[in-house]
Amino acid sequence: MNVLSVERLNVTFCTDEGDKHAVRDVSFTLNNEKLAIVGESGSGKSTVGKAILRLNSPSTRVTADTLRFKETDILTCSEREIRALRGQHISMIMQDPKFSLNPVVTVGDQIAEALRVHRRISKRQAREAAIAMLQEVSIADPEHVYGQYPHEISGGMGQRVMIAMMVIPEPDIIIADEPTSALDVSVQQDVLNILNRLIEKKNISLIFISHDLNLVKKFCDRVLVMYGGRVVESIRADELSNASHPYTRGLMESLPSLRHRRETLPVMTRDPAWLTQEPLT
Amino acid sequence: MTRSRYLSVVRKVGVILITLLGLLTMTFVIGRLMPIDPVLAVVGPDADSSTYEQVFREMGLDRPIWVQYQYYLQDMLSGDFGRAILTGYPVVSDILRVLPATIELASVAILFGVGLGVPLGVYAATHRGRLGDHLTRLITLFGYSTPVFWVGMVGLIIFYAWLNWAGAAGRIGFAFDGMFTQYTGFYLIDTLLSGNWEAFVSAVRHIALPALILGLNSVSFIGRMTRSFMLEQLSQEYIKTARVKGLSERSVIWKHAFKNILVQLLTIVALAYGGLLEGAVLIETVFAWPGFGQYLTDSLLMGDMNAVMASVLFIGLVFVFLNLLSDALYKLFDPRTR
Amino acid sequence: MKNIQTLKNAPFPARERHAPGQSKGALFFKALKKLCKNPLSASGVVIVGLLLVLTIAAPMIATHDPLTQDLSRVLSAPSWAHWFGTDEYGRDIFSRVVYGSRVTLYIIFLVTIIVGPIGLMIGTMSGYFGGWVDSTFMRITDIFISFPSLVLALAFVAALGPGLEHAVIAIALTAWPPVARLARAETLTFRNADYVVAAQLQGASSFRILFHYISVMCLPSLIVRLTMNMATVILTAAALGFLGLGAQPPLPEWGAMISTGRSYMLESWWLVAFPGAAIMLVSLAFNLLGDGLRDLLDPRTD
Repeated sequence: MNVLSVERLNVTFCTDEGDKHAVRDVSFTLNNEKLAIVGESGSGKSTVGKAILRLNSPSTRVTADTLRFKETDILTCSEREIRALRGQHISMIMQDPKFSLNPVVTVGDQIAEALRVHRRISKRQAREAAIAMLQEVSIADPEHVYGQYPHEISGGMGQRVMIAMMVIPEPDIIIADEPTSALDVSVQQDVLNILNRLIEKKNISLIFISHDLNLVKKFCDRVLVMYGGRVVESIRADELSNASHPYTRGLMESLPSLRHRRETLPVMTRDPAWLTQEPLT
Repeated sequence: MTRSRYLSVVRKVGVILITLLGLLTMTFVIGRLMPIDPVLAVVGPDADSSTYEQVFREMGLDRPIWVQYQYYLQDMLSGDFGRAILTGYPVVSDILRVLPATIELASVAILFGVGLGVPLGVYAATHRGRLGDHLTRLITLFGYSTPVFWVGMVGLIIFYAWLNWAGAAGRIGFAFDGMFTQYTGFYLIDTLLSGNWEAFVSAVRHIALPALILGLNSVSFIGRMTRSFMLEQLSQEYIKTARVKGLSERSVIWKHAFKNILVQLLTIVALAYGGLLEGAVLIETVFAWPGFGQYLTDSLLMGDMNAVMASVLFIGLVFVFLNLLSDALYKLFDPRTR
Repeated sequence: MKNIQTLKNAPFPARERHAPGQSKGALFFKALKKLCKNPLSASGVVIVGLLLVLTIAAPMIATHDPLTQDLSRVLSAPSWAHWFGTDEYGRDIFSRVVYGSRVTLYIIFLVTIIVGPIGLMIGTMSGYFGGWVDSTFMRITDIFISFPSLVLALAFVAALGPGLEHAVIAIALTAWPPVARLARAETLTFRNADYVVAAQLQGASSFRILFHYISVMCLPSLIVRLTMNMATVILTAAALGFLGLGAQPPLPEWGAMISTGRSYMLESWWLVAFPGAAIMLVSLAFNLLGDGLRDLLDPRTD
């Protein structure tokens, strides 16, 4: 039984200027693994992540043959059921802690709240759990950090708080939407290591949305490559160097390398046919 | 305190001082422009010319205009605002006497403004683009567009003359005048402290209608501001985070978005309170409410220059103070500026 | 420093660009059509249109002479002969309300043509030159803003003496500071735009830049502000009339009509009700119009 199954997911933004078909016929399944969704900006990768949590705005049309988490049909379940799903079973780490943390609530309370939504526990118990969680994301002085406001902590620390907040209810799936791209290069690796350690320890599946093939190659098990709202290729991460789709190959080739010096990076030629072909697997 | 912060405080104080000087200058200019002869107002129409001359000199009116300006500033800064011709008392004591009535009226009105405006704004923001939003927009624009004095009269016709729900003009029924001790000058509180329940009911019946009507404008103002503040917050990323956690829409709105607009809202309420003083000038005239607004219009119509100038200056001061207050509230309560 | 060649071709900001071959009239109608899509703004357009018709065609619409007294028909209730009833001198209230629209429009028009240019000039100069010019102008604006506008207008009218023209001057004196502030804020956003720098490099005088480039760019938001301002102007003018400081009898000004009707209001409600409703309706129309225009011209608020 797959944890998450997605079949022919389509997302359309309805605006005054007409409809924009952002995600076309995306299908994949997720088991206990680390799945990456890779693509350039506008390829629809973040929209897929939002659709899984049913977070798209009301003017967005989402259809799918199947969009199911275990037994729950995400598209048709009630508001109450989807709320029970969010956080408790599927949660999401967003890009920039500067914006994704509530500026007027202490970080500790925000973490504790994530737990208290789904568990019947006292304020005190939640506080203790949150402090323990802060320790787990390698924050040195958790008691002190608990009472701080988001603007008082650094970006790397903010993203660790975000991870703590999303891991604390021990969900089955975490969707990480470019979790390190807003961070300083020096702390990106730390944050990734912490995330990796926690999801392995708690046995959480990961959907890692990124534009960075290099990162994904090392970090994930399997990669979906998206282009123009479609999945053009689905491939195991360790076979990426043997990718068959020209787009994937193009992405791989345009990565600069320290070992092989090149005068110019190749510019990709794009084939309109990619927008209609069936994905390669 | 850091140097830059110190400088900004100095700058701020400077700006306030310049504004205050400007207020004084403006009232001085208005006073000189007045077509009313200030000497005649003091000595009366029957005075002979020598008395007139004497008073004219005593008031410094024979001096050059800039010397008069200097006298004026000296008087104002030493707290001497002159005597009101109408009442014969110093203007300051007059203003202090009528002020509680206005504060009571404006305070009830602002409670109404916040109590209705905030939920209305939140509702509109969370139902954006739908019928409820359009209706709220229409309601708040109505609030902006109605002449307060006219609604006051229509209210009197309907609720006093036809339905007899509201009390007539004034702060309390005639029968209760002087029947309770004035501890604070606020009748709602004084009647309760005196244990005079019937007087309290009468006071409520008298204040309800004018306060509601006075508050209409602030309902609109606060409602529209709340809506736009909320819309701004609801589009933020942290709202998405809150939803991802599995919070109910109600918690998302009140615990997260609303908590972020509280400080902004507080500053807006301070400004709205200033706006109420403006409406009070009209409402007090309609309802014969013996407060500051009526004092101002009475003095105006009687040509009582001292009283008018002091009242205008006073309102200017209150406005400057409320602006400062709203600034200070922001600094005090927003964790980002602490 | 940017390349002069590219600066010369710097495009006008998107707001001003429109498809070639489209005349200004066509553009106006397109905007009007878009405005009318929202039912609320559309009703604002309709009511303001009606007001204009009423003003122009007042003699044809009014059923009676607004000033003729008929002491045999004093304070009669609304009827077929007098749609809105008659006042204490037997004058027809409907006709007076119709003619009153002329007074109202007169006030709005005068205040706007005084306030618009003054506010624009002070605001753009303040924003463009900065430094002590800015500080001086802004301190003066601060002082005017620190009084509630009605109280300031009251004080000015008290100083100048009651009357319609004095009321207009007093209202104008209190209405320019917000306009100036807005123009200044807008100017600050355009001051360093490429096309302004380009004009400077071509040697355009400050006056020319202010007048031809910056003022033009400030106009859209200024028009919104002035439209919404008109609603406030109507209310302030009515309030002054009500307090007996604005238009003087027998001129059929709505606020003054309410003021005289006040003595009879408990028995003859129509003396107060109709002029007040007229004030509210027209003020509401300008508010709706301004609100709609803002949504149209400033997509940021969406």
